[in-house]
Amino acid sequence: MAADRSRLPDVGVDPAFTFPTIVRHVMPNGLAVRTVEHHSVPIVTYVLQIEGGSGADGRGQEGLAAMVADMADEGTGSMSAIDISDALSRIGADYDVDVGADATVFTLTTLTRFAERGAALLSDMTVRPSLHQEDFDRIRQLRLDRLKQLKDSAPATAERAFLRLIYGTHPYGHLAIGADPALRRLSLDDVRLFHSQCVQPTRATLVIVGALSHQQLLDAAKRFVEWPQAGLSVDGVVPASKVAPPAQPGARLALVPREGAAQSELRVGHLSTLRTTPDYPSLLVMNAVLGGQFASRINLKLREEKAFTYGARTGFDWRRGLSPFVLQASVHTAATAESIADSFAEIEGIRATRPPTSDELALAKASLTRGYPRNFETTQQVARSVAQLALYDLPDSYFADFVPKINAVSAADVTRAAATHLDTSKLATLIVGDQSAIADSLPALGLGEPHVLPLEL
Amino acid sequence: MTTSDIDLPYTKRTLANGLDVTVHEDHHVPIVAVNIWYHVGSKNEQPGRTGFAHLFEHLMFEGSEHHNSGFFVPLQQAGALLNGSTNTDRTNYWEVVPTSAIDRALWMESDRMGYLLPALTPQRFETQRDVVLNERRQNYENRPYGLSAMALSSALYAPDHPYSWTTIGSADDIRAMQLDDVHAFFRTYYHPANASLVLAGDIETERAFDLAEKYFGELQAGTSPARVSARAALSRDVNLVLEDRVELPRVYLAWHSPAMYADGDADLDLAADLLANGKTSRLYRSLVYRSRIALDVSAFQNSRELTSFFLLAATAAPGQALSDIVTRVDDELRNLAATGPADDEMERGLAQAEAHFMYRLQTIGGFGGKSDQLNAYNVLLGTPGFFARDLDRYRQATRESVRAAAARFLVGASRVTLSVVPRGRRDLAMAGAEPVSVS
Repeated sequence: MAADRSRLPDVGVDPAFTFPTIVRHVMPNGLAVRTVEHHSVPIVTYVLQIEGGSGADGRGQEGLAAMVADMADEGTGSMSAIDISDALSRIGADYDVDVGADATVFTLTTLTRFAERGAALLSDMTVRPSLHQEDFDRIRQLRLDRLKQLKDSAPATAERAFLRLIYGTHPYGHLAIGADPALRRLSLDDVRLFHSQCVQPTRATLVIVGALSHQQLLDAAKRFVEWPQAGLSVDGVVPASKVAPPAQPGARLALVPREGAAQSELRVGHLSTLRTTPDYPSLLVMNAVLGGQFASRINLKLREEKAFTYGARTGFDWRRGLSPFVLQASVHTAATAESIADSFAEIEGIRATRPPTSDELALAKASLTRGYPRNFETTQQVARSVAQLALYDLPDSYFADFVPKINAVSAADVTRAAATHLDTSKLATLIVGDQSAIADSLPALGLGEPHVLPLEL
Repeated sequence: MTTSDIDLPYTKRTLANGLDVTVHEDHHVPIVAVNIWYHVGSKNEQPGRTGFAHLFEHLMFEGSEHHNSGFFVPLQQAGALLNGSTNTDRTNYWEVVPTSAIDRALWMESDRMGYLLPALTPQRFETQRDVVLNERRQNYENRPYGLSAMALSSALYAPDHPYSWTTIGSADDIRAMQLDDVHAFFRTYYHPANASLVLAGDIETERAFDLAEKYFGELQAGTSPARVSARAALSRDVNLVLEDRVELPRVYLAWHSPAMYADGDADLDLAADLLANGKTSRLYRSLVYRSRIALDVSAFQNSRELTSFFLLAATAAPGQALSDIVTRVDDELRNLAATGPADDEMERGLAQAEAHFMYRLQTIGGFGGKSDQLNAYNVLLGTPGFFARDLDRYRQATRESVRAAAARFLVGASRVTLSVVPRGRRDLAMAGAEPVSVS
């Protein structure tokens, strides 16, 4: 039977999918554990999520949480950094740590036959790091040098400057790697204090996902039982999410000069809403229409219609506190002003003048819902998703509820959510680009003279 | 763990028009991966037309005769994730779709394989040419150390060798491309006999073959293009310096090495790991951990179809000299070539290889997923059935085979040294380096 080329084949009924069952446990020391059975390949993933990320860096201590995280694999007990690296590679472990705004997330994946060994290593590294002065000195120097290197990168420069632009001196207003003078001032005592305050079983969630039973997964992690409960009060750390966000001034333009740059790196956005907003499903659909996928208004406009860029996208940079909506693109220098004007027009369009068409709405919802099961293929995907539920206090039924909630979103919901949470009169625009090449084109944007920011990180 | 514990089962058949079809079942998640390789990459380009294979990949997403608009919309409507990529040797395209959308994905892939040209307008061509120029600006020109790949390729290979240019191509060549070039390229390389299709995931094998026949069986067989072959050798050491918008100098060392899957390829992969991967590695310990003269160090065997290169790179810590870094690198290379790896280095290398082969079995689609892997074996080796043997290459490596590979390819051979230094600071390059300019 030959193919009928007169029309595209319809998509059939969405296949049934059983989302992972999460079982919750609490260890005697108060550590919250969530296990998920995942029986495909004999692999196990541990995600240890600890409350306290870059947002917990004290004022003038920017970069502290990341230093603490980095010290984990620098030594524990009698093991040096080299010994730890050796031990990890002997079990083929895939280890990394991500310092987010609200939490530090350690991830270790290994083969199930090494499950217990993997958990013991992760536990020893995170709970009982050696925190030696010489390791501290070396790691800090590497990070200072890395900061120097990041000045060469337009995207890194844009990320740093844009956070500062929208959050000001709020604890969310800096990158995890921190800043030079602050990093230089840190001492090993700062690291010890931060570790003792943050790395406590009652501030942590351990997610274990693998090809074992719930009980076996829990048993494999038994080394975590030895994690002592905190003796001292944990009141010293104020969560960034509890710090009042700065008032949002009107639309403004800032520029970090990058002489001779082939492209302008752009960020356009403002502080918007909370991850726990009831409008979350409407905002996901709204974002998919606007700039969250390839076939979205902004990418089709700036890439496919005008060829100004290799790609443009929008999204919410979620945190536990007030989170920003951000558009990002790297555009040809000559197209800088027009790209910004088009971005403003598209954002204004979705919130007022151009509500989503029924085709756009259907496309956005279908792409979000029909593709959803593919997020549950690997142990790491599942473990990180479950950790997100813990981070945002979302229910265990979240995965199963996702598709019906997205499907319930109407065009009116999208418009209302966009009008509520996006505001073109508050957009901050940041350009990292060639000032002399674009200066003449900027006044037409009506955003005033660009505020020129220093490159210093 | 034995070899039989780690395998990637499949069934392969070839359609009458020459299209290879490989099927792998995995029913854990209700999704299917569609993965197509065309055996064409930048190695098939001509000087003066570099960057063409990659620009062509972009055009494959702009519509075909029976779906004459963007490729993304109908597939995102179906919940698909999709992408494509081009390298020196091949161009791949993939979708991961819900099981319910497999017909749509195959309809669209087959339509652009068979009926691309009627949908190709001058305007679509020109737009994608500009998008590619922006991709080049973003990923190479405006990125620190981003132009080093161009400098290394042209230093390692003679100008007529197909690896002497990079896949992104030269900006002037991209600007000069014409729509007519596209037609000839499509006819030569985009047809069933030069392609390989893999379906992996939640689909029964027989149904998968039926669908492949239904959508691709009608397409005209083409002629297999001539294989590209070219010899590559360096007759002497080459020492270059490139100025860039960077804060810290970096040195690259590059050697010719055996082609992908050839003798010595896996040995050099293991050598790269024990030299520069992780804190236990010799060069990390020497350069970053102990002497602290480097900020980072990396090494890898860049395996390719015709011939490979082994690349080692290290960034100088502030105030440190590249020459001190290279002296220590040379010490470690000589050491490895003289006495080979220690037993514990071999144990670690093998443990990591086994685990990483296992990790690769988790994902059916996308870059590096099981479907992509089956296609790599089929296109480059003629059979998808190489997963277990691929791992055996690492299991069979010995201290002596790694030592011998290091001695032959890294110590006993000429190399390219490239210093990338801040603008105006050629004095920070390795002594005697000749300036090279890349655009």
